[in-house]
Amino acid sequence: MGQIFADLGGELITLLISVVGALPYVALYVGLILLASFLYTQVKQRLSATQDYTSLKTVTFGDESAVISNKAASVISIVLIFVIWGAFTGSSLLPKFLHAPGPFVGEATFTYTVEAEDGQKADATVNVLVHEAGEKPEAPVVAENDGIAKDDALVVQAYRSKLLRWDANDEVTRKGGAKIIAVDGQPIDRDTDVQVGFGRVALTDKGTLNFEPSKGWQMENIWLPAPESVWKRLISVSQDGYQNVTLAEHLSYSLFRVIVGFALGAAVGIPLGYAMGLSNWFRGWFDPIVEFMRPVPPLALIPLVIIWAGIGEQGKIILLFLAALWIMAIGARSGVSGVNITKVHAAYSLGASKRQILRHVIIPNSLPEIFTAARVAMGVCWGTVVAAELVAAEKGVGKMIVAASKFQDTDIVLMGIILIGIIGFGIDMLMRWAEKYLVPWKGKA
Amino acid sequence: MRRHSDAQCQIGTMSVTSEKDTSAEQGLSIENLSMRFDLPNGSHVQALKDVSLDLKQGELLSVLGPSGCGKTTLLNIVAGFLAPTEGRIVLNGHQVFGPDAERGMVFQQGALFEWMSVRDNVRFGPDMKGMPKSESAEIVDHLLDVVGLQDFKEKMVYELSGGMQQRVALARCLANDPDVILMDEPLGALDALTRERMQSLVLKLWKETGKTIILITHSVDEALLLGERLLVMAPRPGRIHKEYRLPFADMGVGADLREVKKHPDYAPTREEILNMIWNMEEEIMGRTEESA
Repeated sequence: MGQIFADLGGELITLLISVVGALPYVALYVGLILLASFLYTQVKQRLSATQDYTSLKTVTFGDESAVISNKAASVISIVLIFVIWGAFTGSSLLPKFLHAPGPFVGEATFTYTVEAEDGQKADATVNVLVHEAGEKPEAPVVAENDGIAKDDALVVQAYRSKLLRWDANDEVTRKGGAKIIAVDGQPIDRDTDVQVGFGRVALTDKGTLNFEPSKGWQMENIWLPAPESVWKRLISVSQDGYQNVTLAEHLSYSLFRVIVGFALGAAVGIPLGYAMGLSNWFRGWFDPIVEFMRPVPPLALIPLVIIWAGIGEQGKIILLFLAALWIMAIGARSGVSGVNITKVHAAYSLGASKRQILRHVIIPNSLPEIFTAARVAMGVCWGTVVAAELVAAEKGVGKMIVAASKFQDTDIVLMGIILIGIIGFGIDMLMRWAEKYLVPWKGKA
Repeated sequence: MRRHSDAQCQIGTMSVTSEKDTSAEQGLSIENLSMRFDLPNGSHVQALKDVSLDLKQGELLSVLGPSGCGKTTLLNIVAGFLAPTEGRIVLNGHQVFGPDAERGMVFQQGALFEWMSVRDNVRFGPDMKGMPKSESAEIVDHLLDVVGLQDFKEKMVYELSGGMQQRVALARCLANDPDVILMDEPLGALDALTRERMQSLVLKLWKETGKTIILITHSVDEALLLGERLLVMAPRPGRIHKEYRLPFADMGVGADLREVKKHPDYAPTREEILNMIWNMEEEIMGRTEESA
């Protein structure tokens, strides 16, 4: 037990250190928000001095009705995300001056100083060529020079590093007891690296030189691809597919699972909720089951479902059915329990039978709650299907991104995440629209 | 102001039991009603004790009393929502065992079906009986005319103001043509002006339809103006404290209710009832302080 606390404490400290490290960036971002706000108000005041009701309020802080989402802020916020994304990926969509400093690419030289066993010293120059990924340039031509140390050529790909066996062409060798004592005139040893302006030179344990060109501030493609390459991937994957499966197929499979799983969950969950809301016996029978199953995250059921039903459609749909079932049952139950007793009394004293009360009072009264539950259930189902596909699937948008991640196709991973977000948002919008259209009396009782 | 010629209109109290008419004529009789609620902690509350009352067809009874005197319990028993521990309710010769369309109810608020239009709310009763739409449409049109909501027929009920909603509730109750209308503070949630207009409407509907009405209210003025008979109930146990027969309801039909209040008997009666309820409230307060 004590060991666990010690370990977790260590983790916590590591985390806190990273958080502290991130603080300047957070402060920078908040500064940007405030700066944009300041500029926006200045510009707006210049353009027009509006005198609407809200602008004339003296009390706006704490007045919830005075807080209206500022469209300009939303637009700036989203544009800024893309600008930051583009700036740190060297996007071609942005003018060059907005780019963060990129990795060093091109030719440069540094010198090293060798000390032979007999104390003789000599300098040699290394001609370095740093090229971008995918290029295969020829090594720079090196002229033969006199002395015990000969000049070298080094070809490195940007973001990578390379060992330089400097003694390969020199007259003195590491075996012969020669060693490097300085780079560009600065002393170097195993613990002290030398910054050469376009990169970093380190001395390895075996005495060779390790050169790492400077990476700049931009992200490498496999960490974060530029927006346009994600877009290009979207086009190419939607036309040609990825690993022989088209994007439409991936998305349709995921949506199919969600819709079928949700529909089954609702078809069973809603009557179950009604039964629990209307009968003591059913309430008693199912309460323990529902109350226990509800807090179990559907993701925790994935291994069991795979054991029982395999990784095919059946397993996925069982999982989504279970994800939707409890939410819908609880929604329907509270919809029934939430019916105002005066409405039921009124209906009885207007001569309605039990059946008519169910049909004309309880069901319509519970619809708003059921819609709320359906919105939640759809969200949970969408999240669950992606997670289930990440674990095991042949097709589906989750499968697509996990396969892409194994090949470091980060652009596909990003594209998949954005699509998942857009679809999730679309589902929620659709449900909200349906709710507004089908249960206009929601919240109006 | 319309003077009422009926000599019976003098104010006075009378023994409730002496009026009891055992012949099975049309009317509502409440016979020796007692209601006891057992509480989980073993004690019990005597909500009503030995309440008896007879109402002839077409009488309007208003019920007043401090909170906890069992007025709403009484109404719920008459409506059939509660079964009394002792006694029974007899309507037109048959005993009441549960809610039925013959006893309509108008609630304070929240009883309209907000998923239905005004029209669908009003024709709910006829619909449940299976009356053809063509037939119920006539009833609905007539009643919406009476309550002045013809133009709002297609509106959803949540689009209406509180006063309009209560008019819909009245129309909905009348559409079912019940023998008895039970009103549980139907005007309690309305503002003073709307309330006055609604009081006139209740009187008008009462006279026009000849329904037996039991009206529960917290307002002494409302009880005086609307109650042909007025019952003051006392709490712990809930029982009938005093009954009045009043001329004001008859005077108020089609007249200005503010004029009715100028009747020489109005203010003294009002004062007497207010004192009565005040004393009961004082007594309750005293008792709670003692026990505390």
